[in-house]
Amino acid sequence: MPILETIGLEKRFGGIVAAQNVNLAIEQGARHALIGPNGAGKTTVVNLLTGVLKPTAGRIVLEGRDITALEPHQRVRLGMARTFQINQLFLDLTPLETIGLAVSERVGSGGDWWRLVGSKAAVTDEIVEIVERFRLADVMHERTAILPYGKQRLLEIALAFACRPRVLLLDEPAAGVPEAERQELLATIAALPADVTVLLIEHDMDLVFSFADCISVLVNGSLFVDGPPEDIARDPRVKAVYLGEELDA
Amino acid sequence: MTAVAALSEDVSTYLARRARWSPLEIAFWVFAFATIWLFPGKYLILKDTAILALFALSLDLILGFAGILSLGQAAFFGFAGYFTGLAAKYGVINEPVVALVLAGVVAATLGFVTSFLVLRGSDLTRLMVTLGVSLMLGEVANRYSDITGGADGLQGVTIAPILGVFRFDLYGHNGYVYCLIVLFVCFVIARRIVYSPFGLSLRAVKGNSLRASAVGIPVNGRLVAIYTVSAAFAGMAGALLTQTTAFCSLDVFSIDRSADLLLVLIIGGTGYLYGGLIGAVIYRFMQDYISTLTPQYWQFWIGLMLVGIVLVGRERIGGWNEALRAAISRFFARFVSRSATLGAAAPDGG
Amino acid sequence: MLTILFDGIAYGMLLFVLACGLSVTLGLMNFINLAHGAFAMAGGYCSVILVNRMGVPFALGLPIAFLVTALLGGVFERTLYVHVYARSHLDQVLFTIGLVFMSVAGVDYVMGSSQQFVRIPEALQGQFNVFGIGMGKYRLLIIVICGLLTIALQLMLSKTRFGSRLRAAVDDQRVARGLGINVGAVFGITFAFGSGLAGLGGALGAEILGLDPTFPLKYMIYFLIVVTVGGTSSITGPFLASILLGIGDVAGKYYVPKLGAFVIYAIMIVVLILRPQGLFARSAAR
Repeated sequence: MPILETIGLEKRFGGIVAAQNVNLAIEQGARHALIGPNGAGKTTVVNLLTGVLKPTAGRIVLEGRDITALEPHQRVRLGMARTFQINQLFLDLTPLETIGLAVSERVGSGGDWWRLVGSKAAVTDEIVEIVERFRLADVMHERTAILPYGKQRLLEIALAFACRPRVLLLDEPAAGVPEAERQELLATIAALPADVTVLLIEHDMDLVFSFADCISVLVNGSLFVDGPPEDIARDPRVKAVYLGEELDA
Repeated sequence: MTAVAALSEDVSTYLARRARWSPLEIAFWVFAFATIWLFPGKYLILKDTAILALFALSLDLILGFAGILSLGQAAFFGFAGYFTGLAAKYGVINEPVVALVLAGVVAATLGFVTSFLVLRGSDLTRLMVTLGVSLMLGEVANRYSDITGGADGLQGVTIAPILGVFRFDLYGHNGYVYCLIVLFVCFVIARRIVYSPFGLSLRAVKGNSLRASAVGIPVNGRLVAIYTVSAAFAGMAGALLTQTTAFCSLDVFSIDRSADLLLVLIIGGTGYLYGGLIGAVIYRFMQDYISTLTPQYWQFWIGLMLVGIVLVGRERIGGWNEALRAAISRFFARFVSRSATLGAAAPDGG
Repeated sequence: MLTILFDGIAYGMLLFVLACGLSVTLGLMNFINLAHGAFAMAGGYCSVILVNRMGVPFALGLPIAFLVTALLGGVFERTLYVHVYARSHLDQVLFTIGLVFMSVAGVDYVMGSSQQFVRIPEALQGQFNVFGIGMGKYRLLIIVICGLLTIALQLMLSKTRFGSRLRAAVDDQRVARGLGINVGAVFGITFAFGSGLAGLGGALGAEILGLDPTFPLKYMIYFLIVVTVGGTSSITGPFLASILLGIGDVAGKYYVPKLGAFVIYAIMIVVLILRPQGLFARSAAR
């Protein structure tokens, strides 16, 4: 059974249909990529999956449970986390505090008002472990706003990872990352634990084909085709869509 | 010890040290309590300052830490003020400390019930709604003037001695000590909250509420919680005013009071807890000074100050503020070996 | 009861003329100008000085009040307000509250704190009795003038080039600039005009609303209610909101006198809970 699936997912904004009859099925442990030309609706799908947008029709099922009506923070509790295409970080906080937030929240002590931050050793250990894993130890006490972009991007992913999700949605993780810092980023993504299911949205085809074991193609808000990378790579219709040639029905 | 474990211990130490009371903070409070003996003739103005400081602290909690723009703290101030006055007048509650705590609870309840109003909408909406609630309560107080005394104010209030022992005397000595102690206790609670995981999550919500919810933080729940706490503090400030003056009138709900509060926080800075306290001291003494110069028109100078502060730039003033604090901290650090300072210890640069 | 309706409509239209400048300012520059009431007060006092002390006829006093306040608005905008446009809402609120305090104290100093009345010409005093409804002549004049103004505003907005530039700038400032529209000039003119309208409203309304130095503080909340309930993306929104509030306030004060303004505060809160962008606003991302 797929760990995450959408059934007939649809989102309309007035007269505009951003997503239509999207039926995704993502297998447990998969490295699933969602690709498509600009404006195809990929980020809309992620926003729908995470609860930032409410669908006008359809359902979303996570590990057999219908989560369509749940708020974003509730979905995080159930094991789904995401990163944003444009970094959404807490600019005045340090990486340590940022990751600390996610970990505290997850273990249920995010709302403790009588304790000091850092007084739970187990939590601190985990925070530091994540900081190390994402190579942020040297900047962990700096304000996020002054970090170089590559480090911010790493923090973006580290933050989602700190939620220990069962399903991780990465929205164009390599976007805007300078060449020099790319390798670090890609290595980090490749090193993600095998039991975490990853849904990757990307434009960078090299990354997609080297990383994914299943690819879905989204065009004009509808699911065009999906399957293993070899099939997608050979599919002439996919090439046509990307090159803008006319499609036959 | 592995590298990670060593780093973890370093981090724990760092965090613990950061939250420790810095020498500057300790000096501040020592001086504050010393004023009881240092300025015996000034109890009334000092007491006013303490109450204003607590009131400003309540706004700092929601504005400086959670980013909620509100002109309606006067609602809780006045609501609890009248509650305290009426409870004392009709002999329902005869001990001030009990009345104070109950007033806090009552104000917190009002805060909780109205909190949903500040969760949605833009800054302007929040301003309007909070102001509206505050003015509305003023109208209600006016309507039931047979109970509240209307425009004349609540008459015939007598306050029993604190804990049955300390009478409110004419010079205001006991009143001031009382207010100062309440301020200190509330401050300690606020400080604890600010350095806690809850306080950290508030700063996250203020900084980026979209990401906060994407990380599992129940944004609305946290906002409601801090709004309720802030209402309790504002309510206790109102109760203190009623108890120390044995009087309560409609101007507790006025726009003036909320505007003064904003000015206090602008002068002192938001987001590091001491802003309300320092701002209250400066504001109150300045008001006193200007009133002796131009008794009727001091509002003009307050207005001019507001305009001036905004034109110069709050960030610049905030910057001077921080630079000043940092300089004082460095000065102090030379005498004491601990490195946590008032400036650096602040969770938010303000 | 119809008299109440009539009075309410008159009051509402007056509120509209007073508040529409604020609505456009907020919609155009996303600027919260709490000092708008001060311009209205200026118009009122201007009229008092002209009509009472200088013997200028009432009919002439109104347009002069408009012009003087418009000029005042223009000057303030260029010298003070420009510096605060890019600031946060908190800064704008503080700045304009500061201006209000200064104007209130200033007027108190210069004109004294007692309420002032404009000497209304004989012809406008008293009532008509039409179908059993007592229509105050003065209130009728208000309805006529404000009605004409509203129609003129709507026409100007939709039919003139300036109107389309204004609408473009309100809709999307950056794009408007990119099209070569001088948004700064548009705003300056609009601000001056809006302040002038406020001044005219103040002059017209002195009789009904009461004119004293605390006018800006007393009525600030009313204008803000009109703007938040009516939204900022049209003329009709604030217009309908003003009428609603005018009738609500008059009816409320008549039927439940001691609760006074409670009724309109309650209406405002209810509306804002249900629709945070206001009753009539488009739900555009702002």
